[in-house]
Amino acid sequence: MAYNVKEVAQKPDRLTGGHRMCAGCGAPVVVRNVLKALKPEDHAVIGSATGCLEVSTFIYPYTAWTDSFIHNAFENAAATISGAEAAYVAMKRKGKINGETKFIAFGGDGGTYDIGLQSLSGAMERGHDMVYVCYDNGAYMNTGIQRSSATPKYADTTTSPAGKKIPGKLQPRKDLTEVMANHHLPYVAQTALIGNMKDLYEKSEKAIYTPGPAFLNVLAPCPRGWRYNTPDLMEVSKMAVETCFWPLYEVIDGKYIINYKPKNKLPVKEFLKMQGRFKHLFKAGNEHMLEEIQQEVDRRWEALLRLAGEA
Amino acid sequence: MAIRERLSGNEATAIAMKQINPDVVAAFPITPSTEVPQYFSSFVADGSVDTEFVAVESEHSAMSACIGAQAAGGRAMTATSANGLALMWELLYIAASSRLPIVMATINRALSGPINIHNDHSDAMGARDSGWIQLYSETNQEAYDNMLMAHRIAEHPDVMLPLMVCQDGFITSHAIENIDLLEDDKVKAFVGEYNPEHYLLNKENPIAVGPLDLQPYYFEHKKQQAEAMKNAKKVILDVSEEFYKLTGRKYGLFEEYKTDDADAVIVLINSTAGTAKYVADQYRAQGKKVGVIKIRVYRPFPVDEIAQALSKFKAVAVLDKADSFNAAGGPLFTDITSALYAKGIFGPKVINYIYGLGGRDVRTNDIEVVYNKLLEIAETGKLDSVYNYLGVRE
Repeated sequence: MAYNVKEVAQKPDRLTGGHRMCAGCGAPVVVRNVLKALKPEDHAVIGSATGCLEVSTFIYPYTAWTDSFIHNAFENAAATISGAEAAYVAMKRKGKINGETKFIAFGGDGGTYDIGLQSLSGAMERGHDMVYVCYDNGAYMNTGIQRSSATPKYADTTTSPAGKKIPGKLQPRKDLTEVMANHHLPYVAQTALIGNMKDLYEKSEKAIYTPGPAFLNVLAPCPRGWRYNTPDLMEVSKMAVETCFWPLYEVIDGKYIINYKPKNKLPVKEFLKMQGRFKHLFKAGNEHMLEEIQQEVDRRWEALLRLAGEA
Repeated sequence: MAIRERLSGNEATAIAMKQINPDVVAAFPITPSTEVPQYFSSFVADGSVDTEFVAVESEHSAMSACIGAQAAGGRAMTATSANGLALMWELLYIAASSRLPIVMATINRALSGPINIHNDHSDAMGARDSGWIQLYSETNQEAYDNMLMAHRIAEHPDVMLPLMVCQDGFITSHAIENIDLLEDDKVKAFVGEYNPEHYLLNKENPIAVGPLDLQPYYFEHKKQQAEAMKNAKKVILDVSEEFYKLTGRKYGLFEEYKTDDADAVIVLINSTAGTAKYVADQYRAQGKKVGVIKIRVYRPFPVDEIAQALSKFKAVAVLDKADSFNAAGGPLFTDITSALYAKGIFGPKVINYIYGLGGRDVRTNDIEVVYNKLLEIAETGKLDSVYNYLGVRE
């Protein structure tokens, strides 16, 4: 069925309002739109790693989740949901439950790229029928903006501060979407908050309803960590895509499909200049760092084009 | 009629798990518990259980998956040893505080470092304050029987806590002994179905598990958890009584062996109780008044009952197969002496021996050393050294 933004918008939110995520945060927007892709009649068991999302949506005795929800620890959302899925399979076999239940785990980049990577890799390799959604905001935002392996090079964070001698994080970011693609899963995709959410919705639907394990990596800007104006959430997200810093693509049974190729690929500094975490790069004398970031973005984009057979 | 068999402790554990037929077993190999998931996965491969076997990539994920499975509404089980239990640490507390009656076979092994694959109790002793019920087993039969009783205790509405059944790595896990098994249908009837009140897979009544629980409620939740552990004592005794009626095998909080008129008593846990009983028999034949107390239920700790039982002896040695590195004594010793003090019992002289670390053999002459010392204390009333080591080279 073709994507119809009006129909999708009318579906009730399965993550309700009243939670305590910041204004201008990408994460709840990601979650709401992923969950819109669930069929209304299907139940979901949703897990979350410890992080902003968890501590802001389920503060005892309140919960913003209308489906069943479990938080276990920081590094084990994937393993936890894999256990729930295993119980579902066994209990269904015994005739103890009926109807469809879908299994979705959410984690930030810290809980996914770093401390939860082993748990994620294991759960995906074992082939559980589940979706893992990483909302990637590029640092440990919940504990106060510490660098993660998803933090872009030269970003100013509280554990990679831009100082007099060291200009922010010195290492380039890990490409987790590629790591997951190399698990040879039925479905892997990278997406962002773009336009009318068509890309995110369609990928979520595929991820949830493709049998077996699926992984979604969604760019989820953070106004506190990235230091943009809160109303600019959609604009900063759009610039990540238009500069090819964050390409939209999917890998279906090993086949790469690039979902959006900008007609006019913008320089990465258009994305960087909106954010306070890169402010120091725009001082005189730091042009070479901007140039280096541009080269890295270009190199990764060209590699992706080759994987998709478009180079 | 019971089924006579000859089984290792690991095999007996795996057969108990087969008869229980849980929804999920999530486990990771580690010596000496590896055989438990190994045997169990063969039951899965042969279709003799309905279980989903989740071959996780670590013990951390084993316990994480068990938490997910049990919260989902299933029965989840696992097995581990030593470093595997240590890697689960964080989740042991979460399982207990989430009130998930997961059942685990803990095949006791020395905790690294240095790495050592053999038996002591440093793994389970380290988990003693994690909120898990701990049952210990002298023999393969006891390991099997404790496993059959585990779910009835853990899942009781007054309890709802996870439970670990401990036995000695290699000494019982790999030794083949005669054992009486119950018929499958009797186990099924005894263990019963798990029908939790709230669970994730109940789509008519979705729930949320694992909240951020701040100053207004966390303390009350921990108090409730503590109450559940207190409640477990009665439930353990009730379930054990029912099991006795079914099998004729009697279990309490601890076993007293030849203690009726004893002056000198050794208190200890797991397989070394067999050696101690053997020496006690020999000493009794010589007219020496010695006995053995073997702890079965270490968590909840039977404070009232153990203090009462020990009050009548002159000298007591508590043997710990784990050190606490507190410069004061092993975990069982400090629990027992604090129980005596709390109950106002100052009669018996109590000493401590750390023994058998890293699988060091415990022989009859080691036990004789302890009894001789106790008899000397009983006679003279003099106590020189409290915190001692047994069978270690100086």
